[in-house]
Amino acid sequence: MRSDAGNPPLLTCRDVGKVWPTTGRPFVALDGIDLDVARNEFVVFLGPSGCGKSTLLYLIAGLERVSSGTIESGGSVVEGPGTDRGLIFQESSLFPWMTVGENVAFGLRLQGVAPARRREAAIALLRKVGMADAVDKRPDQLSGGMRQRAAMARALSLRPEVLLLDEPFAALDVQTRSKMQDFLIEVWRDSGASMLFVTHHIDEAVALADRVVVFTARPGRIKSIVPIDLPRPRDPRSPEARALADHLTDLLRDEVDRAFAEQERLR
Amino acid sequence: MKAVAAGTGTTPAWSGARASRLGVPPGVVRALWWVASIGCFAGMWEAVWALGWADPLLLPPPHIFLRNFADQAQFFVPSDVVGETTSASALESLGMTVVASSLRVIAGLSLGFVGSVAVGLLIRYFGLFGNLVLPTITLLAPISPIAWLPVAIFVFGIGNPPAIFMVFISLFFVMTLSTISQIDAVSRTYVNVGLIMGASRRQLFLQVIIPAILPSLFMVLRMNLFGAWMVVLVAEATGVGSGLGQIVMLARSTFNSSLSFFTMTLIGAIGFLFDVALRQVQSRVLFWVPASGVNRP
Repeated sequence: MRSDAGNPPLLTCRDVGKVWPTTGRPFVALDGIDLDVARNEFVVFLGPSGCGKSTLLYLIAGLERVSSGTIESGGSVVEGPGTDRGLIFQESSLFPWMTVGENVAFGLRLQGVAPARRREAAIALLRKVGMADAVDKRPDQLSGGMRQRAAMARALSLRPEVLLLDEPFAALDVQTRSKMQDFLIEVWRDSGASMLFVTHHIDEAVALADRVVVFTARPGRIKSIVPIDLPRPRDPRSPEARALADHLTDLLRDEVDRAFAEQERLR
Repeated sequence: MKAVAAGTGTTPAWSGARASRLGVPPGVVRALWWVASIGCFAGMWEAVWALGWADPLLLPPPHIFLRNFADQAQFFVPSDVVGETTSASALESLGMTVVASSLRVIAGLSLGFVGSVAVGLLIRYFGLFGNLVLPTITLLAPISPIAWLPVAIFVFGIGNPPAIFMVFISLFFVMTLSTISQIDAVSRTYVNVGLIMGASRRQLFLQVIIPAILPSLFMVLRMNLFGAWMVVLVAEATGVGSGLGQIVMLARSTFNSSLSFFTMTLIGAIGFLFDVALRQVQSRVLFWVPASGVNRP
């Protein structure tokens, strides 16, 4: 899947650490993260809750600052949000005061694109996610899956090179989630962007990833990077997929136990 | 606050109110309950009078204080106000009085809303301005609007300005502090979406934060509407020389209890109509907020 393995990586993390200041001793969320992501690669961050995988995504997005190390995107150091990196949030992030079309074209509006051209662009983007007829609807008229698709269209509007997805399907039911995964693969192929996808679902990781980055809990470190060399479309019940899922489960088990014990102790 | 919710919006399922089974439109059902409620209240009052328990001079029942509408309206002719003479009929001057008070409330509320939202935004937009201004506003906020009345008269003298100022001041501090707390409470996700999509600080305030805080600010405005009416009456009673507040004072000084209750009825009805009007504005301008004003789960 990494056809351009010889090219320089699109995104690099070098010895990245993040420490949250607290009233007690500082909380180390991430420590010594080294990671390269190739152009058009699909990388999944897998780990127990609170392991810092979402924090790493926010650091790459530029919404939080690294405490140590550097993150580079497209050859320049990340110092804040940039339109080369799109982010899709866990919960519904559409503005309720705008129509779906206005939401999708929000980034274009910020860039000063005229209203008529914005509407055209919104319809074209919504067509890509299969909901062009929803352009004049309000977000509260959409289902959870449609809202996340609209959020995807919005993220794609600025043609990002990296799409960051923070557990985007966590609030959806199992059937919708499976449909959305197929759909995301299409969007990924179509856009040519790299994907960084955070989840705590092992099946989701096996269904989507070129590589799965498994995190340890507190402090968040990279425990292992597991390549998923299965052809797409993937059958989650195939022996190969099962074997990979079992392998990831074993890797995660210790971490989940540790995270659970820690949460019990904090309580 | 209680009046804000009265008989409007959707009734929660746990409230004990039952839906009609007879297929009567809900609007009609609601109107009938209004009639029943007011009927019970007036009926009890009338009964107390009929039984001879209430002195009609002190607590005249509705049929007495509403009976001679024209008689009551004559008190609204501002013939005894220094420097004012008018040829308007009793009914005309009643209308003029109501309009005068209403305009003061509208002017004060509009200025207060715009001014406080602007100041609240500036406090959060310009850190230095905020650091300089916020402590003073926090300190001035607990002062009762009534305490500002002498200041209003010292500064603005007699007439419309002090009454408008009083309404403004009753809203301004509450609303400024509310604006700031609403800005601080804007969903982190909305702000992040703005930043990720490349919004400048200015764009973030204009296109994300203002629309995000408007609905709750409008609720604060509606809740302060009744306070604004209270304050304008006090201002009119004291220093303005016209308006419903002055009629209340006239009723007091002439011991005219009928006039007092008549004016109270008028004030209640106008206050209610104002709330209805504000709700209409809310449902048109803030179309994404559910009608009851309560956030959806």
